[in-house]
Amino acid sequence: MSLPGSPAAAPESDGGRRFRTTSLQRRLAQRIGFVWLSLMAIATVVPIALVVVYIVQQGGPAISWTFLSGFPSDGMRQGGILPAIVGTFYLTLGTALFSVPLGVAAAVYLAEYAQENALTRLIRVAIINLAGIPSVVYGLFGLGLFVLFLRLGTSILSASLTLSIMTLPVIISAAEEALRAVPQAFRTVSVSLGGSRWQTIARIVLPQAVPGILTGVILGLERAAGETAPILFTGAAFFLPRLPNSPLDSTMALPYHLFVISTQVPGMPLQIQYGTALVLIVFVLGMNLTATVIRSRARARRQW
Amino acid sequence: MDKIVVDNLTLQYTDGTESLRGVSMAIPANAITVLFGPAGAGKSSLLRCFNRLNDLADVKAVSGRVLLDGMNVLDPAMDVVALRRKVGMVFARPVVLPFSIRGNVTYGLELMGIRDARRLEEAVEQSLRLAALWDEVHQRLGDPAIALSGGQQQRLCLARSLALQPEVILLDEPTSGLDPISTGKVEAALQELKKDYTIVLVPHSVQQAGRTADFAAFLLQGELVEFGPGKDLFTHPRDQRTEDYITGRFG
Amino acid sequence: MNGEAGTPAARGQAAGRRPRRDWGEAIITRLIQLSGYSAVVFVGLIFFFLVREGLPALIEVPLRDLFGTRWYPIEGYFGVVPLLTGSLVVTGGAMAIAVPFGIGTAMFISEIAPRWAREVLKPLVELLGGLPSVVLGFLGILILSPYLRQLLDLPTGLTALAGSLLLGGIALPTIVSIAEDALDAVPRSYRDAALALGATPWQTMWGVTLPAARSGVLTAVLLGMGRAIGETMAVMMVTGNAPVLAVRLASIVSPVRTMTATIAAEMGEVASGSPHYHALFFIGMLLFVISLLVNVIASAVVFRQRSRAERVLS
Repeated sequence: MSLPGSPAAAPESDGGRRFRTTSLQRRLAQRIGFVWLSLMAIATVVPIALVVVYIVQQGGPAISWTFLSGFPSDGMRQGGILPAIVGTFYLTLGTALFSVPLGVAAAVYLAEYAQENALTRLIRVAIINLAGIPSVVYGLFGLGLFVLFLRLGTSILSASLTLSIMTLPVIISAAEEALRAVPQAFRTVSVSLGGSRWQTIARIVLPQAVPGILTGVILGLERAAGETAPILFTGAAFFLPRLPNSPLDSTMALPYHLFVISTQVPGMPLQIQYGTALVLIVFVLGMNLTATVIRSRARARRQW
Repeated sequence: MDKIVVDNLTLQYTDGTESLRGVSMAIPANAITVLFGPAGAGKSSLLRCFNRLNDLADVKAVSGRVLLDGMNVLDPAMDVVALRRKVGMVFARPVVLPFSIRGNVTYGLELMGIRDARRLEEAVEQSLRLAALWDEVHQRLGDPAIALSGGQQQRLCLARSLALQPEVILLDEPTSGLDPISTGKVEAALQELKKDYTIVLVPHSVQQAGRTADFAAFLLQGELVEFGPGKDLFTHPRDQRTEDYITGRFG
Repeated sequence: MNGEAGTPAARGQAAGRRPRRDWGEAIITRLIQLSGYSAVVFVGLIFFFLVREGLPALIEVPLRDLFGTRWYPIEGYFGVVPLLTGSLVVTGGAMAIAVPFGIGTAMFISEIAPRWAREVLKPLVELLGGLPSVVLGFLGILILSPYLRQLLDLPTGLTALAGSLLLGGIALPTIVSIAEDALDAVPRSYRDAALALGATPWQTMWGVTLPAARSGVLTAVLLGMGRAIGETMAVMMVTGNAPVLAVRLASIVSPVRTMTATIAAEMGEVASGSPHYHALFFIGMLLFVISLLVNVIASAVVFRQRSRAERVLS
């Protein structure tokens, strides 16, 4: 017996022939469609790979120990990018410091304590909105609140606080998902053994959710590390002769540095530009890779 | 001597379904009392009233009393945490916590703040022996509990509850997923345990009810139809509905 | 603990241990609760500060001028319309690229690609999503714009088109991953049923699977659009920064200025409290409201779809 859509072992009747032709047309249309879709997918994906390869190729020669550990000189046209690397590192750390505890706690609230009422819906809408606010608007907010109103000035502190609020929705979403993934049965068992809600969370739910939370945190910080607009008016400096030594200092940062040298420094050697871009990419994608590795290893080691 | 006395208990969920209607019964100490009946009869709901696990469900209204050693368990002033240690529960699907075998058994004790290693180890051995699991696992207590077979996991859950030295053990279809041999081991363990504990069991089949019951309660649609010694109830049921269910005329 | 546990004496003993743990737990619970509210607090704060600094613009700049068509701060012109059209054109172009390619790629990954291809494609798309936009802008300046200038014989490659192309690339990963998740979530039984009725895989994809996932796909598109509207650095670097009213077809291949780029480019040189300063915050307000609308629509779509599905399935 033949299936519909495939060339039938045709009876001699007219209907069979008509059936065969139509199914052939359909199969041809499908073949064309599949090819077209795969071309689209390739067109989407190949440029990405090419871009990375190109940057590695062009920027690779610029990478050297002096490049990574030295200071810029001759108006950025020579020397290294150490202060930018260190600055990005400090900013990422600062962001983590503020956004992780707050974000994880908020996720615990949503996953374990909150009930389905209007207030909870409001919180969720607020989180979605925080996630959608343009990064430059965060910059304005940071300028208004941290730099000016709280008089923290253009500093690592202001920039980190700004970046943390921006990173908050990412961490809350990932952490909440990780907490919800822990089987409900564990909570029931813990309660039946006399555990309180917090004991259950602290001893079972949170520890089991750590890999998922960690993945989300790293992905959130990865975004924060690569952002320029939020730090433009809150902490980024064009050039500093020394490394920052307090959170109230402003700092150079990799994304801002790349922006500056590619748009505002005449006669900037291409190789250094590509080299800076390469360092930034490695930093960011390294975090991505770490998160992916954590995620797959945790999945393998899961005890449920 | 009655361990648990249920006095005109009525329970209604927020979605309107009435789970228990005016149920009254007296559960004797140091015996296996079986609550059986068709699906939706209210057996699990009744069981979960005994350790107030129903607090986690969408319950709209509860009336009546459940007396454990004379104290009303449903009283809002009741120390629920202490209650749950006194009344342990084993669930239908074995749910082992994501710890080692030893960690599972000591979890309840650690919740209480007990940290003395020797005391914990003693509790581990004692509980696992009572659950008839010690011989099979005592050499690999550090292994993850998830590595055990279904029957072993269920006995581990039993040991976990036993570690808290409860007085009552509630079991909600504990052998429903297990093979006959594992089922036999669990039932044998219960026969030993009843000497020191009060056991309330929801069986997953009428046969299991018949095998294990010292006392039996037949529940139908939230109402208690009949209660009596197991031997009597299964051989000479007084109510026609009980007989129909036991003989399989409805299920 | 044995039979005495129920007696008042033992209750007192248990109660004696309880208060200390309860007190600690109560504090922790309160902190967690406050953290939960924090998102709302922050949204409120952001809105408050934007309004605080942006509203004065409505007073300082005559309304007719604020919504006028010249943005030339040096001479006191603060018309935001060219910036709005700039954002519109660039975003529109970006979506014109990102939606077909995004949905097409998502369909490919979810419905057609063999396992090995999926393992390659998904990480690559995630990689694009992880690239900082300043890197894309950087490549745009060095490679894309000169190429466009040559290809289309333009006076400059820094145009709305370049911006759209980059923005499309930035919005793509969002659209692909969310749409692919939505398509993946469609139950196998839908596809099996269609195939059993004689539909080809192609017909099933477009006639059954995609419609079934349409709320998720719509969300993907809306969120991608939100991402595009909000993008700053890449567009600032390649769109040429000319706040010209972008209404002719030729505008696509001329320089424009988006709202986001305006803020980023001019904020650094502005005197705090000046009309220019307030005008920039006013633009920030506009951006905030726009992204709010997009998000509210996106969640309303999902909500309505989900409740309809629940009604159907119950």
